[in-house]
Amino acid sequence: MNVTFKLFASLATYLPDDAKDNAVEIEVGRDTTPNQLIERFRLPEREVHLVLKNGVFLQPFDRNTPLEHQDVLAIWPPVAGG
Amino acid sequence: MSWTRKIMRVNLTEGSISEEPLNMEWADQYIGQRGLATRYFVEETDPKCDPLGPDNKLIFATGPLTGTMASTGGRYSVITKGPLTGAIACSNSGGFIGAELKSAGWDMVICEGRSPSPVMLHIVDDKVELLPADDLWGKSVWDTDKLIHQKLNDPQIRIAAIGRSAEAGCLYAAVINDLHRAAGRSGVGTVMASKNLKAMAVRGTLGVGNVKDPKRFMQVTAEQKQVLAENAVTGQGLPAMGTQVLMNVINEIGALPTNNMREVQFKDANKISAEAMAEPRESDGKPNLTTNAACFGCTIACGRISTIDKGHFTVENKPEYWGNSGGLEYEAAWALGADTGVGDLDALTYANFVCNEDGFDPISFGATVAAAMELFEEGVVTAEQTDGMELRFGSAEALAWCAEKVASGEGFGADLGLGSKRLCEKYGRPELSMTVKGQEFPAYDPRGVQGMGLTYATSNRGACHLRSYTVASEVLGIPEKTDPLSVDGKAGLVKAFQDATAAVDSTGLCVFTTFAWSLDNIAPQVDAACEGGWTAEKLLEAGERIWNLERDYIQRAGLTGADDNLPKRLLKDAAKTGPAEGKVAGLDVMLPEYYQIRGWTSDGQLTDETRSKFGLPA
Repeated sequence: MNVTFKLFASLATYLPDDAKDNAVEIEVGRDTTPNQLIERFRLPEREVHLVLKNGVFLQPFDRNTPLEHQDVLAIWPPVAGG
Repeated sequence: MSWTRKIMRVNLTEGSISEEPLNMEWADQYIGQRGLATRYFVEETDPKCDPLGPDNKLIFATGPLTGTMASTGGRYSVITKGPLTGAIACSNSGGFIGAELKSAGWDMVICEGRSPSPVMLHIVDDKVELLPADDLWGKSVWDTDKLIHQKLNDPQIRIAAIGRSAEAGCLYAAVINDLHRAAGRSGVGTVMASKNLKAMAVRGTLGVGNVKDPKRFMQVTAEQKQVLAENAVTGQGLPAMGTQVLMNVINEIGALPTNNMREVQFKDANKISAEAMAEPRESDGKPNLTTNAACFGCTIACGRISTIDKGHFTVENKPEYWGNSGGLEYEAAWALGADTGVGDLDALTYANFVCNEDGFDPISFGATVAAAMELFEEGVVTAEQTDGMELRFGSAEALAWCAEKVASGEGFGADLGLGSKRLCEKYGRPELSMTVKGQEFPAYDPRGVQGMGLTYATSNRGACHLRSYTVASEVLGIPEKTDPLSVDGKAGLVKAFQDATAAVDSTGLCVFTTFAWSLDNIAPQVDAACEGGWTAEKLLEAGERIWNLERDYIQRAGLTGADDNLPKRLLKDAAKTGPAEGKVAGLDVMLPEYYQIRGWTSDGQLTDETRSKFGLPA
């Protein structure tokens, strides 16, 4: 199945070279979880702060729930503005 | 104590200047800056006064920590009755002039009356004079700044000024200091223009002495700077990415108001984001972002300094815009970009430069352009009014043209200078104005961040994100994560943010410190500097008192609970995409609970009991 994986701010450097607009389409096996993708892309644990699945925040305990086809997973380090 | 205990009163009608002692009883109740100046303002002005008449007053106020070595201790506020809203206007700015004013020995400057001809206020410590400014009238902020520096032959003097938009009557004109920092909202610059006060130039050489316990102050401010440095947001995120890092976040959660809030997601959000600002442009190979920048005493340094590609259509053959200047912050980038549907980063930067150059609020400006674009697309405003310019969503040319028109106040620029509410009323479509109490919304759609709907509806100065930034909790998880799509608990959350922010805004510190600090971090700094036994509890109580005082004032000015409302678009038209799809703003649930928590009546009126509890003036 395919999911869209997005990394922003200082995490953008962990995206592969073919990423565009901070996003890359990737093919993953069934039952792949957000935490498995975080590990696969070697994201430093303390920089994984804001994790959104289809725009909805995933609490740390929700990040072992398998993704579904065409899900969008977007991740930021701690950020703020206003 | 780090108040100077001295305020300056400038009677512009008579051209006289006098000195008064600071009311220390009020300082103990209202801290400084926003709170203390509001107390003076409420005491001295008729709430029914014409905001642009001589009876309105204009106060420049510092806080007790302004000009000290506390991190971010460089803030000042401009307090007046706002012409955009008819409510209290209180606009906060950084840069350097606040600290300079304090260093010149003044807690506050109260300007009253109206000068018969243009003047500027020149302050060098306790030597203060009004100088003729006929030669500066009609000049932009940038030209005014340059001319004053030349005239006074002092490269170090700090200047706050109004531009041409204020003189032309734009109702959301700002006071710009240090070229590109702004006391931006509610038309405080318009009030300054109405008083024929073109600028304030300040040189302070006295420093900020009389800190209560200097040794403890040095120790505690150093400890708290360490907290900011070690926090991922204030130590790394904000200096590297600025507030603009939010563009993609807010778009992803489906709360980025787009095309005058018709949609909640913008297809070109990524093109106008912090990430895009740092990316080399295809056209000239240089990034929009040159560097970050800090205001006085700030150890965060979130400011953006940008350049526009010299070949970009907005600045071609205009070398005055080729240099570095104040770049896009998130709220400005949203208003100038997503809300108008414009995805051209350099066009947004140009519009932002013009807002600084001629002194007007980019949030209200962008949102008003968005309303004008909708009026144009609906066929209500036509090319006849706009000299042939097609005001269509997504048009960078139209955005740049609108900025130039508002700067000069010419032609359709006068209509745009009315703000969204009066513009839409003028053209018979008031429902297209995305405002509360006459002030335009900032960059968060209340359908996707429910707490912000209540924040906007109850803000004492009209729609504003800075009065209670619940986005911190609802989206960013600071201090703890709450669900942005739920209305549960939001009344209490909004009140807590409102009260704490009112306190912070009264200290001289920047509200951005609160991404790392709570009042527990701020109180020891205030207490080491000031007499009065300042604890987090005392600060919070003062914040609640300030909030109620502001509310009392706007009620006396004629606003009621009926003004605590949102446009029908947000209450009736559900979000079309993203996580908030199908949702409207749940104000009907949150507002009664909020009134109850505040101790107000069910229609939002302060009670005598509440007034008495906080010792508010009768």
